[in-house]
Order: sequence, then C-alpha cells, then structure tokens
Amino acid sequence: MLDWTLQEFPVSLPVMQPDASALQLVLTGDPTLLAIVRLSLFVSLSAVALAALIGIPFGAFIALTRFRGREGVIVLLNTLMGLPPVVAGLAVFLLLSRSGPLGSLGLLFTPSAMVVVQTILVTPIIAALARQTIEDLWAEYRDELTAMNVSPLTRVLTLIWEGRFSLVVALLAGFGRAAAEVGAIIIVGGNIDGFTRTMTTAIALETSKGDLPLAIGLGMVLIAIVVLINAFAWLLRRAGERLAR
Amino acid sequence: MRAMPADLPIRFENVTVSAGAVTVLDRLSLAICPGPPTVLIGPNGSGKTTLQRVAMGLVPASAGRVTWDGVADVPPTRRAIVFQRPVMLRRSVAANIRYALKAAHIAKDRHDARLAELLSLVGLDSMASRPARRLSGGEQQRLALARALARDPSVLFLDEPTASLDPASTKAIEDIVRAVATRGVKVVMATHDLGEARRLAGDIVFLHRGRIVEASDALAFFASPQTAEARMFLAGELLL
Repeated sequence: MLDWTLQEFPVSLPVMQPDASALQLVLTGDPTLLAIVRLSLFVSLSAVALAALIGIPFGAFIALTRFRGREGVIVLLNTLMGLPPVVAGLAVFLLLSRSGPLGSLGLLFTPSAMVVVQTILVTPIIAALARQTIEDLWAEYRDELTAMNVSPLTRVLTLIWEGRFSLVVALLAGFGRAAAEVGAIIIVGGNIDGFTRTMTTAIALETSKGDLPLAIGLGMVLIAIVVLINAFAWLLRRAGERLAR
Repeated sequence: MRAMPADLPIRFENVTVSAGAVTVLDRLSLAICPGPPTVLIGPNGSGKTTLQRVAMGLVPASAGRVTWDGVADVPPTRRAIVFQRPVMLRRSVAANIRYALKAAHIAKDRHDARLAELLSLVGLDSMASRPARRLSGGEQQRLALARALARDPSVLFLDEPTASLDPASTKAIEDIVRAVATRGVKVVMATHDLGEARRLAGDIVFLHRGRIVEASDALAFFASPQTAEARMFLAGELLL
C-alpha cells in the first residue's frame, strides 16, 4: 500500500458542473480549476527555480573549464535536452517506489516527486543554454577580465550577470518544457484528484473522460499563463536592455 | 610624481611567441623603463599587439622570459591595458568604473572619490549614468582608459587606442595620455599614426616581422632613422 499524505495541498473539491462551458469555468474562477492551476504553477516554477540553481552554475563550469571528456559532457548535455519525459518519469518512479533506493522518503505520488522529475527534465535545457551563452561571453570578455585580474568566482558571477538577458530565455525554455510536460508527472504524481493533478494531466484525463469544458478551460488557462509569463519576461528584458546596453 | 613604479623595468629576454608555424615575436629583447611614453610602431603583423599582450601576461612566451622589476610571473596588479576594441560591461559608465575599482581591491570607502576623479579625468562626468554600450567609439575608449586607470597602474599599455576615431576624439585621448604620463604612469602605446607617435613618444620601438629593428629616442628616430626599414616605414613604403 502506498503511503502519502493529502495534507500538502488541501483542496475542497466542489462537484463539477458537467454542462458548464469552458469560458464560464475560467471567468467564474472555478475552485477545482484554480486548485489545478495553482499546483501546476507551483510544480513548474519550483522545478525551473531548482533547475536554474543547478543548471546555470553547471553550465558556467563547463563553459569556463577545460578537462578531459568535456566535449563528451557537452554532447550528453545537449542530448539530455531531448530526454523523453516518460523515461525520466520511469527512472524517478523506480527510485522513489517503495522497493527503490529512495523509497523510504515517501515522495512517490506527491507534488515533491513531480518537482523532482521536472527538475531532471529542465536542468539539461538550462545548463546547455547557459553553457553556450557563457562560453560566447567568455570569448568576448576574456582579455578584459584577465587584464583586470579578477578572481575565478568573480569571472563566473560577472559572466552570468552580463548574460542575464539570454539566461532569461533559457529559463523560459525550461518553463515551457515544464509547463507542457505530462508523461513524467503522471507516472510519478499519479494524477490524484486535488493532490497531484496539474493542468496537463487534468486535460489528458478530462479529455479521455469526455469532460471537454474543463479540458478546454484548462487548456485556455495554460496557454494564457505561458503567454503572460513570456510577455512579462520579454518586457523585463526590454526594460533591462534599455537601462544596461 | 610617484616614486619608482612597481613592475618596472619590464624586461623581455629573447622572447619568442609562435602561433603554429607563424613566429609572431622572434627572439625579442627589450627593457621598458620608467620615463616618458614608449611608442611601438611598425607595419601590420609586426608584433606590436603581441608584445603588449606578453607584457600584460595575457599571452605566454613560447621561449625566453619576461620579468617585471626582476621577477617573473607577477600577476598584473599594477599593469593595465586598453584594447583597440574595448569591451564594455552591460551596465552604466559609473558601474563599469566601480567594477574596475572593486577588481583592483580599492577600499570601498574610496570608490566615490576615485570614481569622480576618473570621470573628470576622462571627461565623462555628465555621462556617469549612461549605459556604457550606448557611448560613441571615442567615449568608450575614454571609459576604457578610466577603467584601466582605476587600477592605479604603474604601467599603462594602449593598443592603438585612437584607431578609427575622429580627430576630436583622438585629441581627447591624447590629452588624457599626456596627463597620465605627467602623473608618472609609464605609458606604452602601439599606433599606426606617425603624427600621434611624434606628438606623444619619448622613445620609439620600431618593430618589423616580430623583431625590434630600431629602438631609440623619438626625436632622434624621426630625425635620422638608422635602418633602411625604418626609413622606408617613415616614407610609407614598408607595408608588411
């Protein structure tokens, strides 16, 4: 028997109105829909934040150091950008299942497991794009920073700051991957109503059940969120460029 | 005037720099000593830029050695360079200089005063908050000079700092170079502009194909060059 708690995301679930239109659900702020949206954002944004914390320093390390097998690491990193989500989901499932090496943590079928698997999917994207960005910047700044005798840590921080506008694009690519992902989080999250159900898994389920209004409503919200986040990032980038360039 | 500057003299002892099959500097020996500006002249590919990069420690010598005040492998704490195409950090003019002050480990309580002093020296006082990358080529060169001087260098290398600049910008840069040299900073400058070399140089190092052909007092060099290559160069007949 699986052991998880339903207290992490307490949601009171009203009975769905099967005849409600998709637009009504969105406009009236249907509680079920809002709970799903909230969880989806929590999982995707947490995964992107964790992936950024891991991927940007790792990308910088690969960009600025030379070691045996470096090119192999770059090829692997680029390959992992296309890692099939179901494969990542299966691997995390095996790790977190009761009989798996991390089974004692009791994370399977929780939002935490979904964050873990999305972090695994997003990290290579952010790391690979950060590596390319920082390597290009290093080619441009190498002489100036070396002549200024700045420390290796300051070099890394400087290049990350100088590449901030490009790195925002890497974060957006990572968010796009996380927000659109369905296969991995179904496997490790279980698509449990009110607990691990996200927009993408709910769309898949409701479509198969024939509850198209909720599926369409979620689809509209998902697209709107992605557009809003991209627009916000774009405006942020434009404003930053105006001030910094 | 400052006391005997650190890092000087810089001595090149039979320095060779090779890039693949190409010898960029060929068994070059030279001493750069305190005094008025030393100007490096020579045709394209003669090794002027590489000589400065070796002196800064940016390019290792393939053979021979370089010493700074008699010591090899000295980190460039008292040397600075302005490149022909300086790279501006994506931040304001003032933030670029503050970055250089921080990199040079200047005490933070001195930053404001040094910033004001440097902005005034290079004539960018009114542009402190402007994004550095929006400056004109001449303004960017002046900012690069301020950034280099933030290190309080004993030796300042300038790699064709007025190339592609209009006459007004060129004059502004030359005025700063004179002011810096008057303060006791040793200036080593590469240029293609013989007029500029005449105006600024205390002594001339004439390079050709990676070797020093002639090194002498500037007045003597321009009045009576000792070698056929130097005479051809001054006549505009030595192109490579």
